[in-house]
Amino acid sequence: MSSVIELLLYLLLIASALVAINVKDLLAAAVTTSVFSFVIAILFIEMGAVDVGFTEAVVGAGVLGVYFIMMILRTTRRTED
Amino acid sequence: MKSVGVSPIVRLACRCMARLIQIFALYVIFHGHYSPGGGFQGGALLAAAVILIRIGEGRPVSQVELSSSATLGIGSFGALLFGGVGLLALLGGGNFLQYDALPSFGLSPVGLHYWGILVIELGVALAVMAILVSIFDVLTEDDESEG
Repeated sequence: MSSVIELLLYLLLIASALVAINVKDLLAAAVTTSVFSFVIAILFIEMGAVDVGFTEAVVGAGVLGVYFIMMILRTTRRTED
Repeated sequence: MKSVGVSPIVRLACRCMARLIQIFALYVIFHGHYSPGGGFQGGALLAAAVILIRIGEGRPVSQVELSSSATLGIGSFGALLFGGVGLLALLGGGNFLQYDALPSFGLSPVGLHYWGILVIELGVALAVMAILVSIFDVLTEDDESEG
């Protein structure tokens, strides 16, 4: 049962990484990057590295997502040059 | 950031969540001896709480919580706390961050380890919180001066 959940998490990890790379919308890419960080944090904790997983969940899924979205707010769709 | 009307639900949620996150961050910092966690994770959680208030309540309220001009000073103070404990151990004749070489105020070596690690975790937490909030402030400030 546990390995089935783990397999599902790995599939979600790969899917979110592929979506984050291929999607056109920058906001969607930022959100899927946060999803990637959260899933890999769960996998770290499942593998026994609780410290690493905790750091990844706080920084990768929390603060970094906010930073990405704030940076996207400062960009424009078309270049002005 | 332009001031748009924020719904009261979002504002109330941000207020309650920020306090809960701060309490949990203090628990993570001070309980880092016995459980996973420590200075970096707790500092990042503190920064997340301050950033949540910055987003939900807007700039004037969040400046009361933690002023933008104070972040660099607090971060430097945290780094100074970390390096100060290490240099104090160096002056006491030990290696850098060798806790039992610290000047003992009637404490056993085990007690010196305990308090030394606690002070260092506090320094790391202050530095991480202040620098993460400072990065957020730089990202969100209005850039009319840059043209």
